Amino acid sequence: MSRSPWLHLLVRGQSPREGWIVQDPDGPDEPRFAETAREALTDAGSRSRLRQESARRRARRDAAVGELSDWEGLRDAGARRRDAVLYDLEARLLQLEAEVSAAGGRLHWARDPAEAADLVTRLEKDAGSAVRLPGPLLAELSLTAPPTGAGEVEAEMVVFGVDAVVAESATVVVLGAAAVRRVARAATVVAVAGIDQVLGDWADLEVWLQLRARSDGERMSPAVATLCGTAPGDGPRSFHLVLIDGGRSDALADPAGRTALWCIGCAACADVCPVYERVGPAGYPGHRAGPAGAVRTPLLEGTRGTAAASLPFASTLCGACGDVCPVRIDVPELLLRLRGRVVDERRANPLPGPELLAMQGLEWVLGDAARMETAQRAGSRWARLAGRTGRIRRLPGLLARWTDARDLPAPPRETFRAWWRRRRR
Amino acid sequence: MRIVLFAPCFDDTLLPATPQAVVRLLERLGHEVIYPEAQTCCGQWHLAAGYRREAAALSRRFTDVFTAAAARADAIVTPSASCAVTVRRADPDLAVHELSELLVDVLGVTDVGAEFPHRVAYHPTCHALRGLRAGDRPLTLLRAVRGLELVPFGRAEECCGFGGPFAMKNADTSVALVADKVGHLTESGAEVVCAVDDGCLLHIGGAMSRLRSGLRVMHLAEILATPAGGPT
Ligand code: SF4
Repeated sequence: MSRSPWLHLLVRGQSPREGWIVQDPDGPDEPRFAETAREALTDAGSRSRLRQESARRRARRDAAVGELSDWEGLRDAGARRRDAVLYDLEARLLQLEAEVSAAGGRLHWARDPAEAADLVTRLEKDAGSAVRLPGPLLAELSLTAPPTGAGEVEAEMVVFGVDAVVAESATVVVLGAAAVRRVARAATVVAVAGIDQVLGDWADLEVWLQLRARSDGERMSPAVATLCGTAPGDGPRSFHLVLIDGGRSDALADPAGRTALWCIGCAACADVCPVYERVGPAGYPGHRAGPAGAVRTPLLEGTRGTAAASLPFASTLCGACGDVCPVRIDVPELLLRLRGRVVDERRANPLPGPELLAMQGLEWVLGDAARMETAQRAGSRWARLAGRTGRIRRLPGLLARWTDARDLPAPPRETFRAWWRRRRR
Repeated sequence: MRIVLFAPCFDDTLLPATPQAVVRLLERLGHEVIYPEAQTCCGQWHLAAGYRREAAALSRRFTDVFTAAAARADAIVTPSASCAVTVRRADPDLAVHELSELLVDVLGVTDVGAEFPHRVAYHPTCHALRGLRAGDRPLTLLRAVRGLELVPFGRAEECCGFGGPFAMKNADTSVALVADKVGHLTESGAEVVCAVDDGCLLHIGGAMSRLRSGLRVMHLAEILATPAGGPT
C-alpha cells in the first residue's frame, strides 16, 4: 500500500502551532486532543495495528449484525427502553435500593468518583485483601493501581465495574471471561456502577444483551455473570453495590444529554470512527475512547479543562458513529451541542479570544450581501497575489494550518455573484 | 420549472465554477434559474465551530431570503450536501434539494445529456451519504454520462478528514485521513475525483495538488454540465 509514504510526506511539512481555542484561565491545562493526536500519529507501528484491529472488529460486527433479520427493530427497542428507564430513573433507583437490601446486599450512594473511590478503599481495608478488575468504571474512580493484597488469586474481595444493573431483581451483570471467573469465586463482591447503567427489568436486559453481543461481533456474549445479592450456600457471602452519580444526573436533566446516557458501552462507534482509527485511545483522557468518550467525558466532567474542552472538536462529524450505535445515539448532534457549550463558556472570559473575534467578525460580514461582497473583493485581491501560480502554497498565521500540507486554489477573478450580474445584463 | 439557486458562500467566493455549472445545466434542461442576490451563508461554519448564536442569526437571515424567493418558484437547489443538511436541520419546511436529489427526485431525469470521456472516481461525502442519504443518485447520474468510466476505490465511504473546523483545529489528524484517501484514489487509476461537496473537494484536491498526484477534482455539476458533443 502506498499510504505510509504519503503520510510521511505530508506530516513532515508541519510544525506545531498554538491552539486557537482560548484557554480558560482557571481550568486545568492538560494536553488537548490535537497535541496528543500529533504524537500518536507519528507511531507508524501502532497506527497499522489500530487499522487492522478496527477493520477486524468492524468485519466481525457487520457479520453478526447482518445475520439478524430485524436489527433496526432491535435498535429501536433498545433506544426506547433506554429512554424509558432513564426518564423514570429516580423510581428505578429507589426500587433497586429496596431490592438490594431484600437480597441481603448493601447499596452505597456516591455523589462523585472521589466519594466512590473512598467508599471502595474503605471496604477494601476492612476486607484485608482485595482484587480490582480493570475497566472503564474503576478508571473513572482513578482506582487503577492495585491496592494492597492485589494479585492474590484467591482474594476475599473482588472490586469491579459492572456492565449493567437490573433494578427489579438487584442483578449485577458482568461480561468477559476473566471478570466472570474472578467474580464467581469471590466471597465479597464490590460492584461499582454508574446510575445510568440501571435497567428496569429482565426484558430490558434481554434487549441490552442482544445489542451488546452483536455490537461486539458475537451472537451471544461468551461469558456473562449475573449476581443477585447473597444467597446461603451460593454466590458471595457479602454484596456491595456502589452507585455513582458523577455528573450523570445533571446530564439527565437535559433531554439531549439523556440520550448520551443511553450508551451501553459497546465501543462500536470507536471501531468505525476514522479519527479513532488514526489516533487510538491515547487522545481521549476520560474513561472511554472514541466518539462515546468525546461525548461522555465533557458531558460528565464539564468543559473547563482544556483536554475535555477539546474533545467535542475531535471529530469530523462524519456520522459513522451515529449510524452504527446500537441504541441510536445521535453522536454528531451531541458533539455539536457540546461545541456550543464550550464556546459559550469561553464567551464569559473577560478578554474575548482571537477565535471569538474572528467568528463574530465573519458573522457581521456574512450578515449582509454588500458587506460580503466588499470582503470578497478585498480578500481575493490579496489572495491572488499569494497564488500567482494558480495555487496558494503558503498562508500566514493560523491559516498555515491548512497550507502546511494542502494547497488552496487561487481565488477566481470573478465571484459567482459578479458573474451572475454580468450575465443578466 | 423555476428553480431558486442557493450558491454556498464558499462556492460564491472561491469556486464559482460549481454554481455556474448548475445554472448552465438547469438552463440546458429547460428550467429557469433564480438567484436571490441577498443570499450569503446558511450558518454552517458557525454551527460546526460551536457559535450557535451567530449560526442562528445567519440561519434566520437565510430562511427570510429563501422563503421570499421560494414563494415565486417551484424548488430550491444547492450544489452542497453539507449546506443542504444544515438548512434542513434548521428549517425542515424550507425544502432545499441537493443537486442530485433535485435532478433525480424532483425533475425525474437521470440522463442529462452530458459527455465526459474520463475515468472518474465518485467520493460519497459524509453529508451526502449519511447526512442526506443521497444514496446512489449521484452515481445514477454519472452512469448516464457518455464516455464516462466510473472507477471504484478502497474505503470509498470513509471520511476525507475535512470536517470544516476540524481541518484547522485538528490539522494533523485531518491530514492523516486525507493522505489515506488520496492513496486509495491514486491506486484506483482515476483521472478525476467527483463529489457533491466542494469543501471536501477542496480538501482532497489541496492534498493531491501538494502531492502532485496528477488527479484533479470536479464537482458533479461540472461534469453534468459538460454537453455531449461540446468541448470537454
Ligand atoms: S455511543 Fe458508542 S459505545 Fe455507546 S452504545 Fe453507541 S456505539 Fe456503543
